[in-house]
Amino acid sequence: MLSDKDRIFTNLYGQHDFGLQGAKARGDWDGTKDILAKGREWIINEVKSSGLRGRGGAGFSTGVKWSFMPKEVGARPHFLVVNADEGEPGTCKDREILRHDPHKLVEGCLIAGYAVQAHAAYIYVRGEFYNEAMNLQAAIDQAREAGLIGKNACGSGWDFEVYIHRGMGAYVCGEESALIESIEGKKGQPRLKPPFPAGVGLYGCPTTVNNVESIAVVATILRRGASWFSGFGRPNNAGTKLFCISGHVNKPCNVEESMSIPLRELIEKHAGGVRGGWDNLLGVIPGGSSVPVLTKDICDNVLMDFDALREVRSGLGTAAVIVMDKSTDIVKAIARLSYFYKHESCGQCTPCREGTGWMWRMMERMVSGDAEIEEIDMLEEVTRQVEGHTICALGDAAAWPIQGLIRSFRPEMERRILARRSARL
Amino acid sequence: MPKLTIDGIEIDVAPGTTILQAAETLGIEIPRFCYHERLSIAGNCRMCLVEVEKAPKPVASCAMPVGEGMVVRTSTANVLKARKGVMELILINHPLDCPICDQGGECDLQDQAVAYGRDRGRFAEIKNALKKKDFGPLVKAEMTRCITCTRCVRFTTEVAGVPDLGGIGRGEHLEIDTYVGKAIGTELSGCLIDLCPVGALTSAPYAFKARPWELKKTETIDCLDALGSNIRADSRGNEVLRVMPRNNDDINEEWLGDKSRFAVDGLMRGRLDRPYIRENGHLREASWTEALNLAASKLKSTPAAAMAAIAGDLADCESIAALKDLMTDLKVASLDCRQDFAQIDPSCRAGYLFNATIAGIEQADALLLIGANPRKEAPVLNARIRKRSLKSNFPVGVIGPKMDQIFKYEHLGDSAALIEDIASGKHPFAGVLKAAKKPMLILGMGALSRHDGSAILAAARKLAESCGMIADGWNGFSVLHTAAARVGALDLGFVPERGGRDVKGILDGASKGDVKLVYLLGADEIDVSRLGSAFVIYQGHHGDVGAARADIILPGAAYTEKNATYVNTEGRVQQAKLAVFPPGQAREDWRIIRALADVIGIHMPYDNLSQMRARLCDINPLFAKQDVVTPAAWGAFGTPGPVADEPLKTAVANYYMTDAIGRASPTMAVCVETFVSGAKPRTGTHG
Amino acid sequence: MSFHREEPKDFAFDADNIAKAKAIVAKYPEGKSRSAVMPLLDLAQRQLGGWLPRVAMDYVANYLSLEPIKVYEVANFYTMYNKKPVGRHHVQVCTNLPCWLRGSDQVVSACKKTLGIGVGETTPDGMFTLSEVECAGACVNAPVAAINDDYFEDLDEASITRVLEAIKKGEKPKHGPQNGRMNSAPIGGPTTLKGEG
Repeated sequence: MLSDKDRIFTNLYGQHDFGLQGAKARGDWDGTKDILAKGREWIINEVKSSGLRGRGGAGFSTGVKWSFMPKEVGARPHFLVVNADEGEPGTCKDREILRHDPHKLVEGCLIAGYAVQAHAAYIYVRGEFYNEAMNLQAAIDQAREAGLIGKNACGSGWDFEVYIHRGMGAYVCGEESALIESIEGKKGQPRLKPPFPAGVGLYGCPTTVNNVESIAVVATILRRGASWFSGFGRPNNAGTKLFCISGHVNKPCNVEESMSIPLRELIEKHAGGVRGGWDNLLGVIPGGSSVPVLTKDICDNVLMDFDALREVRSGLGTAAVIVMDKSTDIVKAIARLSYFYKHESCGQCTPCREGTGWMWRMMERMVSGDAEIEEIDMLEEVTRQVEGHTICALGDAAAWPIQGLIRSFRPEMERRILARRSARL
Repeated sequence: MPKLTIDGIEIDVAPGTTILQAAETLGIEIPRFCYHERLSIAGNCRMCLVEVEKAPKPVASCAMPVGEGMVVRTSTANVLKARKGVMELILINHPLDCPICDQGGECDLQDQAVAYGRDRGRFAEIKNALKKKDFGPLVKAEMTRCITCTRCVRFTTEVAGVPDLGGIGRGEHLEIDTYVGKAIGTELSGCLIDLCPVGALTSAPYAFKARPWELKKTETIDCLDALGSNIRADSRGNEVLRVMPRNNDDINEEWLGDKSRFAVDGLMRGRLDRPYIRENGHLREASWTEALNLAASKLKSTPAAAMAAIAGDLADCESIAALKDLMTDLKVASLDCRQDFAQIDPSCRAGYLFNATIAGIEQADALLLIGANPRKEAPVLNARIRKRSLKSNFPVGVIGPKMDQIFKYEHLGDSAALIEDIASGKHPFAGVLKAAKKPMLILGMGALSRHDGSAILAAARKLAESCGMIADGWNGFSVLHTAAARVGALDLGFVPERGGRDVKGILDGASKGDVKLVYLLGADEIDVSRLGSAFVIYQGHHGDVGAARADIILPGAAYTEKNATYVNTEGRVQQAKLAVFPPGQAREDWRIIRALADVIGIHMPYDNLSQMRARLCDINPLFAKQDVVTPAAWGAFGTPGPVADEPLKTAVANYYMTDAIGRASPTMAVCVETFVSGAKPRTGTHG
Repeated sequence: MSFHREEPKDFAFDADNIAKAKAIVAKYPEGKSRSAVMPLLDLAQRQLGGWLPRVAMDYVANYLSLEPIKVYEVANFYTMYNKKPVGRHHVQVCTNLPCWLRGSDQVVSACKKTLGIGVGETTPDGMFTLSEVECAGACVNAPVAAINDDYFEDLDEASITRVLEAIKKGEKPKHGPQNGRMNSAPIGGPTTLKGEG
């Protein structure tokens, strides 16, 4: 188990002052100027070698992403955009950073912004996080007043501003190009790629979009060293990570742990174990609603990291662990997610617009058993017709939970259909 | 030049080309709904998926720029499977109403469903349905059929410049809508019908009239403005049921103004389908022999100096030439084609042409509009100006009334005196024009038809010369005509001979009694009350103002009913084709004149169309060059003189009714109610 | 599209909001004021007591010199813009999976019972509107209901009833977890970060 001295988010539960004084007491804003003084290249390389992979779900190397930005600033200014549009069901980690450790985010913005040569960062906070945005704004104002950001931030010679842009209720804005569209004052419809944001992003300018957690850990990584961070977790799955454990556990919670911690250990050590004991476990969605559900036999041994979860045909995603015990109507649970994706589809491209509605309606019939056995295969086929054919990953996210359900719980689906049929006879 | 391989064939293409475009150059067709080469790329229908080596997922070929060494496959089993999957998803919420859908038979969705659709539907749920929407009197919106490809949204926003349409809502509830239930306020709204790949947006006036396979399709040209837009007239029996644009990159690209598209129902109404003779103040039916005999005797008995002829705005070159030949033979000098009194100088062709050419607008880098509102006078040309102004900085100055425009412009004022100020370099806009490499001006009929039109023409020439518009390979001096017949008539010299009267003189003379016979060749835009007691021979196709005043009516053919030549505002010679026969006893116009000459006893050296065409070339060799623009030599034109410090006006106030056909069209009448007079306010409670 | 009967005739920002709007526009680069459309619509909605009639959309369009359709598109894309009037307290119960697993159905029915209205409805006195919403992003504190800007967490039938009754009485119940735990720490006390600062 990770020891407290190696935890980055030491005010995770809001037990201390979130403001500048409290933050400084926890070590934030310590020697920021010196970090910047080491230069862009050093920062980017250090972040690369720390093994930090994006914490928003896709898991792309943060340092490598930064290195995609143009080396020289041309006619177009560079922007840093922070994705705080947290809305993937099961996920509630960025909320804690925004409201309890906002200075970690603001300091991270300065360092990341400096590294990618941006003078401004826009933090896109989901609209429902109103109070969280207020805390963040307070932190920004404090930092600005203290000269930590603004003109000549931290005395580094770099001018840097941080702004909040509040979302207004659209899960799809968590997709980076939809998020950029939204900041530009448009509907949150994902853009076609290429071009990628590093080339053509916010206002058509080179832009890096990072998750809140990815940015918030940067300052600590640079202060303590890349090797400190990469020392946690298995190779290629480095670092510490915020986990959200929700659903049928005795003590749902957020917790910062080492990557690659066994799922069972995570649940039992921090979340008080599965309701009714481990043997009462039906399945776990290990990385937010988009990733396929795991059955208990996999949960027994699986590690919580990118590679281990990919090997079992699921994913780490946002590391949001949704636990379901044996009382769960698993078909209904997945159908609820299907409704969510239908509700959140932006409607731009055909497979997602049409497919999410079709999949949800079929799932509703699967819940009641009002279907034919062959329709399970057909549903599977429809998920394949959506998956990989859409502009953004929302189509995939809608398809995967259903694929996972069919893969792992097909007998339950068949049982219902047969039961319903015999009830009709 | 990136080199890539598509289906095993290597090809070099320009950087920035998309896979779909590259495939097209190889003749490999990729299905698509949302992609349209004249609109921005949306990439939303996902029908054009292809396989690209090393790409983890199928790629939307319409949106993917080619890359060096790319290996693309467009027809593998995986590609087929992906497209079939997308097709099924497009169809699940599409109604099965092809039997009652006007798009049937020319529907991209139908066609592609044949190639990529399943033989039966697997969708067991309830289909979405949307309410009908009211997009105005021209476009019928059955949004349940919509596949949200957003071509219509992109067209209105990008090409038409009236951002009335948007995608409202999201997910499966995304709807194309105006949100406020208004008619789409563009003169190009009919293009939405062409662009819509399904039956969501169809032609309202043409609703349920015909199936495409019943129609005879005639490729011809439009005559309801002076652009000569290329069109296809679709007819069944002896009725033109609809008109659609044909692609011509030099003229109309693939757009068409609403008047040109929808006024065709005027061709079936108010037609002159037999000769008439006025007797005791009333027009009575007459035979051709009677009518021609009476006309001949009047033409023979009236002194030449007391006779005159006016060619109208829809007249074709053949009939204009024949009429001129006849009048010349009769020694009549009072001929004119400028019904609006436009003081065009026929002596120099460059002085009355749109020299920059329509496509040339895209090369221009500054524009001055003088007494012209192209939005009303030539909406397709107007869209070209917008296209240019979206491309890069394009300063546009306007002298004339302020207008509701689809491109940014600087209103310099409405006084005609400003022309002189710019020409002399006094006005700052002169600097803008001089700084440009290819500056141009558009001179409208509103400016030329004033009492000081000739001085304005001369001032505009001076302006063009002093501001660098006349250069090697570039002539920015551009006259925007409003009449399809005008340039052809000028090229044929249908203007007063020495000692003859112009239109104003003819009307003055007629009202004073000096002009005793007037031959109106489809001239309906004059003030007939000023014809006094003159004997009027009206040859034309509609019972409009000219016919109402006539003493003899000789029924002619409309532009869809004859093989006839027209010259557009650029000086481009084009031919209209006979789509249907003229109604009843009506005849091709030049043949009527030829027959009349016979009765008079004058022999004309043409008995058939090719001889008639040869005669055109005889009069002006330019007529031998079809479909192209021959640059005209610069010269002196106009009469320098004082230009009155009066506000300039523009020529067209009511776009929908500029001619006899439009005035006879019920559809145009509804458009006037909706868009011009505002008598029919459209609100969200409609439909 | 139909508009609510109570559509006001006109709308303009009040003095306070004019100042706020100016500050909002200033957050974005020169010439990029379109970016302000979302916050300005939010500002208008707040001024109007929680909903966004068309006149307000038109006002914002005009304020930012945008074509109205672009504002309509935005207003109809994001779910937090209410196109119909809502009660003074907008009760938004999350019913997504993590909340459902921990009893959001019971929370919804307690709301219905306490308020006497169904989902999507407003009490006759205009005090409450009840909505079901998608994931609120507070899943380890499920089930969650947002009442206006505040999250009430770790709810059950009793606690949501208590909260609503308190609001009815004009009280301001404390938001956050309703079961006594500290934010998102495990109930009974954290397993980590137990030491000093």
